[in-house]
Amino acid sequence: MVTIDWRIRRLGQAAFTVWAVISLSFVMVRMMPGNIMGAMVTRMAQQGINPAQARELIELRMTIDPDQPIPAAYVDYLLSTLQGNLGQSIYYGEPVTQVLGKALPWTLFVLSWAIFISFFIGIAFGALMAYWEGSKFDIGLTSYAVVMGSIPFYVLAILLLIFLSYRLGWFPNGGRQPIGVEPGFNLIYISAIIHHAALPVISMLVASGVASLGMRGNSIRVLGEDYLRVARLRGLSDMTISTQYVARNAVLPMYTTLLISIGEMFGGSVVLEQVFQYRGLGWYMLSATHQRDYPLMMGGFLVITLAIVISLLIADMTYGYVDPRARGQE
Amino acid sequence: MTRNTDQSTDETDDQMDLENTLSDETERSVETDGGSVNSPFEVVSEFEETRRDRYRKMYDAYIYAPIAIIWRDWRARIGFTIVILYLLTGTVGTLLVEPTGVTEGPALAAPFETTEYILGTDDQGRDLLAMTVHSTSTILKMVFAGAVCTVGLGTVVGAVAGYKGGMTDTVLSSITDVFINLPGFPLVMVLGLLLDDYILGNPWAVGLLLSVAAWGGLARAIRSQMLTLREESFVEASQAMGLRTHTIVFKEILPHLMPYVVINLSNAGRKVIFEAVALYYLGILSFENLNWGNILNLAYSANAHARPGALHWFLVPMFAIVFFSIGLTLLGQSLDRVFNPRVRARHEKTTADIDAEDDVSETNTNDMAGGI
Repeated sequence: MVTIDWRIRRLGQAAFTVWAVISLSFVMVRMMPGNIMGAMVTRMAQQGINPAQARELIELRMTIDPDQPIPAAYVDYLLSTLQGNLGQSIYYGEPVTQVLGKALPWTLFVLSWAIFISFFIGIAFGALMAYWEGSKFDIGLTSYAVVMGSIPFYVLAILLLIFLSYRLGWFPNGGRQPIGVEPGFNLIYISAIIHHAALPVISMLVASGVASLGMRGNSIRVLGEDYLRVARLRGLSDMTISTQYVARNAVLPMYTTLLISIGEMFGGSVVLEQVFQYRGLGWYMLSATHQRDYPLMMGGFLVITLAIVISLLIADMTYGYVDPRARGQE
Repeated sequence: MTRNTDQSTDETDDQMDLENTLSDETERSVETDGGSVNSPFEVVSEFEETRRDRYRKMYDAYIYAPIAIIWRDWRARIGFTIVILYLLTGTVGTLLVEPTGVTEGPALAAPFETTEYILGTDDQGRDLLAMTVHSTSTILKMVFAGAVCTVGLGTVVGAVAGYKGGMTDTVLSSITDVFINLPGFPLVMVLGLLLDDYILGNPWAVGLLLSVAAWGGLARAIRSQMLTLREESFVEASQAMGLRTHTIVFKEILPHLMPYVVINLSNAGRKVIFEAVALYYLGILSFENLNWGNILNLAYSANAHARPGALHWFLVPMFAIVFFSIGLTLLGQSLDRVFNPRVRARHEKTTADIDAEDDVSETNTNDMAGGI
């Protein structure tokens, strides 16, 4: 009974967030000082399109009728956005959903690898650092993590691009797939894609020493617990203790860190994809910003938010399976 | 205290010291209606506290003591030095180093070769050292505005939500949750584009803009701490005394959270640098004054990453960014250690021999997120 209550509440929260974001984007398009509607009208006037035609074009592209009063326009916008109609891109002349739909898998591809690998490495290293607390390995890695935490990942990405790609030529210097290779489910194509995604993934990876620091702190805390002493007294093997007792308890708080980092990585993908000219969600959003392709820009914003909301929702919903204690409580 | 005329003639005697005069006075003083003074409330203290003394006490309690505590930690010493170095660069440095212009020197002069252009020049002959120095004050303004605003908003919302509970809490928490779930950087990007006319050439406004997406996490943390603090007995006492909610929250409870708030100032500052530089690097905000992000943007759009002799064009502003944020990170961590009783207690109890490097990871109160 309690569990159901909690899940429904969490779903409600997610729905509220989605609603709030759509409303926010409506405000930005229609009501804010410097709003998009006004900017589009001025731009079209400069291009010599007459006002009546301009208004029609705007309605088609932004799914907001500029002549409607604000409440009615808001309801229309909310409904059409919820139905998945994000308007039409000016630059590409296609529906925004289509443009972004093609970009989304690439971003997810890079991000999921970056998150997965960085947490795997971070957790393993964090546990080792905790185990050898105070050793040279520990001190070295700790300082490394501090320094890396102070370097914005895009700075690191530019440096990696310069050295590993332009200087050494180990990696392609941009793009998401090689020119001239047929897309298909074959080894050459897949390895080429991985090769192109490697540098973005690495630059996110190297910059995230954070996970290992968190894991180290957690492990040290767990290592001091009484039940570990009891486990040793019972004569359990080191292996059992480290995997069944220490790791499981230390990883739990990391799950929350993971959730937060998903959101941050999605936001950061804008910069990352610009550096590597990797045509994912962030790249399209940024180029839309530069070309003043407002429908695509707002669409990108909505899609990124939606992706974050959904991944957080999934993570929250599954937390009960990771930590049985959380099932009854919340 | 009224003074009789015959006493004032006494005062011509300069030998008499202050204390004597005062005690004399209190013994003999008679009110104008003839009654003698017995009430202790009308007796002047034997020692006079001058304004100077008061200032000295305040200095001692609020400035000297915390600094002395912090100074014991090597991390804090380095962090403080770096931050002060940047402050000096942003103020005095701009006076010492002349601003640079196009075609001032040779294009892409290499660093450390001539004394005139120590850090080299860019492809239009601008001195990179001068550009970097003159960027500092802009960045400092952004960092200051952004950090203060983020922390202020987060603290107030979190404190009110946590203390009030009920409907207020539900509403404020829902808003906070929305802001936590929002993709911070894309939001700032869109807002920056829309408000470009308003924030052009105004670094304070850029700081404010960046705080919009950043306050949520702090508000949530403050709220949860508030939930435990409001059960404390001193809060109940304040409530029984009939203090106003405003006073209880901001005068009684918040000082307990101050350490946490201070730590978050330095973290928020670092985040502001990262995001501001990213915004300018991506060319989303237009600019009047140079800053590190523009320099990176100019370098990238001039293909400096593909040219062989242009590496320093990237490295100089990058170094400025990274060095500053290392300073802020170290400062944040040392503040965390100084203020966080859990860290301190643990450190004292278990480790007499473990080096200072050792509990960097005790960032319970210190969110270490490095990304955007």
